[in-house]
Amino acid sequence: MISLISPVKTRFHDVPAGPKLLVLCFFTAVLFSADSAATHVSAVAVVGLLYILSGSRFLIAGLRALIPLWPFLAVIAAWHSFTGTLVSGFEIAAKLLAAVGLANFVTMTTRLDDLLGFVQRLTSPFRKSRQGLSGLDLAVALVVRFTPTLARKGQALTLAWKARSTRQPNWRIVVPFTLTAIDDAEKVAEAIRARSRG
Amino acid sequence: MKTMQKFSERDIALVSLFTAFVAALGLVPTVMLASGVPITAQSLGIMLCGTVLGSIRGFAAAGLFVLLVALGLPLLAGGRGGLGLFVTPSAGFLIGFPFAAFAIGWIVENTKSVGPFWATAGASIAGGVVLLYIPGIFGMAFAIEKSLAEAAVLALPFVPGDILKAVLAGLVTSSLLRMRPESVISRRI
Repeated sequence: MISLISPVKTRFHDVPAGPKLLVLCFFTAVLFSADSAATHVSAVAVVGLLYILSGSRFLIAGLRALIPLWPFLAVIAAWHSFTGTLVSGFEIAAKLLAAVGLANFVTMTTRLDDLLGFVQRLTSPFRKSRQGLSGLDLAVALVVRFTPTLARKGQALTLAWKARSTRQPNWRIVVPFTLTAIDDAEKVAEAIRARSRG
Repeated sequence: MKTMQKFSERDIALVSLFTAFVAALGLVPTVMLASGVPITAQSLGIMLCGTVLGSIRGFAAAGLFVLLVALGLPLLAGGRGGLGLFVTPSAGFLIGFPFAAFAIGWIVENTKSVGPFWATAGASIAGGVVLLYIPGIFGMAFAIEKSLAEAAVLALPFVPGDILKAVLAGLVTSSLLRMRPESVISRRI
């Protein structure tokens, strides 16, 4: 199962998705509306404490999840060094670190089906029948099932290209790759119809 | 707008498989630009959602992709996912994906008299570059507390790559139309 949930179970895993998301919304709103550096630094400290309380393995996984943020922080540092406003750059970096840190924390401590259940409850007033819910469930299951399959097929297409040509694979490989996705979709639709689903 | 319950089994399969296709395109090697947002074939995938599936299904496929990323599936290039991405400077681009796919699909559906390459490449530039950059620049300006003009300058390095991807989306879709016209739903509607 592809998911970013932490392999280490913490006490926060038992908290339902709804309250966690509510706290995240409130925390992010306060963070983005606050102007003081003290608020932003305190927020980083609180989020850091949550990770530390969840154990060293969780902390390492959390730090790894923050890697995509570093390029942004580097750009902010470079920009504010250039404009001579390093304190302001530090505040923005602290705000981003706290917001992304807590959002990742919620992702890491909430199971995919709990989050999906929350989305379904949230969207249920907009749905006319329960059939819609099963449509979303089915779509999610199909994406989880077919992402690795299509990735493997894409790699096989790349290898086939390399075996036949001395040139590097280019955009033309996207055409058979797209057709592979469409063909697989037709087969899946056929299989769903055969099982009288939908 | 049609909702998921009005979709047939084939529509759900097409939407889901295109979402998986966009995710699989993220496994292509990425190039990181100055402002920290990676260039990947995934935005090409979002453009193809619109040019191939049309407005409604394209919106659903790109929307499902964004929803699953928010729910924590590591579907974005580099195995990224989770709610944290929605507070980073690139959040606006991510949130804009379904609307870009819808706009691209709508333009392709309504320009049947125009040649397939020009219609799909033009639609991809309009939806996948011009429209997508509006929430993208707003999101960037909000997250890193910059003016819209400063955020636009930071986003500028992506534009040539995205225009290139829009042209590729046009080439791929027109190739599909030549090879297997029935596979391009946007032109059948």
